[in-house]
Amino acid sequence: MLTAGSAARPVVAAVVARTARLVLLLTAVAVASFVLMVNSPVDPVAAYVGADVASLGPAQRALIAQRWGLDDPAHERFLSWFGNLLGGDFGFSLTFNRPVLEVIGDKFLASLALMALAWLLSGVLGFGLGLVAGVRRGWFADRAITWLSYALASAPTFWVGLLLLYVFAVSLNWAPVCCAVPIGVPADEVGLGDRLAHLALPAITLSVVGIAPVVLHTRQAVVDALASDHVAFARAQGERGVGLVLHRVVRNAAAPALLLQFGSLGELFGGSVLAEQVFSYPGLGAATTTAALGQDVPLLLGIALFTTVLVFAGNLVGDRVHALLDPRSRLVDLRGTR
Amino acid sequence: MSTAPLLEIRSLAVSFTQYDRGLRRRTVTALAGMDLTADRGELVALVGASGAGKSLLAHAVLGMLPPNAVESGTVRFDGVVLDPAARRDRAGRDLALLPQSVTFLDPVTPVFRQVRRAAVLAGRSAPDAVAGAALEHRGLGPEVHRRYPHQLSGGQVRRVLTAMALMGDPALVVADEPTPGLPAEAVRAALADLRRIADRHRAVVLITHDLAAALEVADRVVICRHGRTVDEARPADFHTDELTHPYTRALWHALPGNGFRLTEDA
Repeated sequence: MLTAGSAARPVVAAVVARTARLVLLLTAVAVASFVLMVNSPVDPVAAYVGADVASLGPAQRALIAQRWGLDDPAHERFLSWFGNLLGGDFGFSLTFNRPVLEVIGDKFLASLALMALAWLLSGVLGFGLGLVAGVRRGWFADRAITWLSYALASAPTFWVGLLLLYVFAVSLNWAPVCCAVPIGVPADEVGLGDRLAHLALPAITLSVVGIAPVVLHTRQAVVDALASDHVAFARAQGERGVGLVLHRVVRNAAAPALLLQFGSLGELFGGSVLAEQVFSYPGLGAATTTAALGQDVPLLLGIALFTTVLVFAGNLVGDRVHALLDPRSRLVDLRGTR
Repeated sequence: MSTAPLLEIRSLAVSFTQYDRGLRRRTVTALAGMDLTADRGELVALVGASGAGKSLLAHAVLGMLPPNAVESGTVRFDGVVLDPAARRDRAGRDLALLPQSVTFLDPVTPVFRQVRRAAVLAGRSAPDAVAGAALEHRGLGPEVHRRYPHQLSGGQVRRVLTAMALMGDPALVVADEPTPGLPAEAVRAALADLRRIADRHRAVVLITHDLAAALEVADRVVICRHGRTVDEARPADFHTDELTHPYTRALWHALPGNGFRLTEDA
């Protein structure tokens, strides 16, 4: 049915289609973010100057606005930014006083550790707990885990962050209160232990966002698998206990969990904005807040585009991994309905 | 004990304890009294409408009932009474379930790995070789090893399921009916396979709602209704109209070939 020659064309078509979709998506995100920024009540000049804004005369203000091109029509400003972007120039961040790409690269590296840890934590913990809950359905473990999931799902990220801060940093003094590294220590003297200690609370806070959906979906997938015909047949063959779960359930439940986990990168970003704010963690999330409040349009647009690419890539990888684990979903791909 | 049949089920009853709202306990009787025997070389069909408790009997025989099920009655195997735990221990070796539908194969695991796992569970040494040989024996070469169940034809699925079910060289095979809606020749092929399994000195219990199909291959037909076995007859009795039980007569007369007659509550 499927020879190498006939398979190549759909693959090329799929790549072209997805690239076109990404470009459309990026354009839409750029336009939407730009419109939001232009209509924001924050005055860019005042935001830039800061506390000294009172000493700024109207003539000087007008001069700065003219120099920055703030008086030009919005669409012209957008097009000039867009033109530069096509040439590979993402612009200059006024709040950080550095090129946008540099800022994003720097901040992303800091956030990467945080987000990757939170992502792994919520994935591994969520899948494990969901597996236990599904296997022990109706028993105490299941009820406790399900209850915990509902509690976590309804707890706001910033609130969980504050609570953890209060308990572990303020009261128990086990963890640092803020930042990615100890304050007042030269960068080359900061050890891995220090970094991990500063990472722990924000990562746990951030993982709370993603854990509940994974637990609940995995639990349901496990329950479905255990009630299925193929598990009944496996039982009839003498399969039971750990062997049954390992051989006949884990793979069936892993496909939806991984799809969910890769599809949740967007929420992870959203959560990181809050978590980094609470813990004063200097990552991409905190930079987003700074850019928005400082009317740093190029930086905010840059972050928006970068995030879009990452979320898009996450979904793409999720699709691939899902297809790898559950070969039936490849049929859908081949028919070109995706 | 040489006169005892291989499988002898006497007054098997199964009920489930359920909790209604709050803590009110409710007992639901699913099987009220099933009697069935099957000997080596014999194909016995258990015929009944859906909901009559046929599949439940299969699960009970293999010790696969859920924990909230309460079982009474006796199941003798080779003349020895086996409790559910003992039956569960023998499942996959002396006792086997033979399903017919693709849903009984794990959809996300390649065929060979499933057959291999069946060999491991059946306690066979060199499971790789055994699994390969079992598939080869049924005309399934290495090209199907890495396929997934949904990539197999209906006939291939049946052969894979058979290879897995017979892996432990069971003395008793409890077989599901061929999937409803299958073309007539496919049904016939599946039934012929079951007949062959019985002819190889095994006892086969065929669970079906299709009386006409059962009559073609079975040595004896056991009729069940509302969780109870109500009658037992030989295929010849049907054709010579020597049926004694009214429900059996009603089933027989409701067949398309016999006039589609529906008797009022028989």
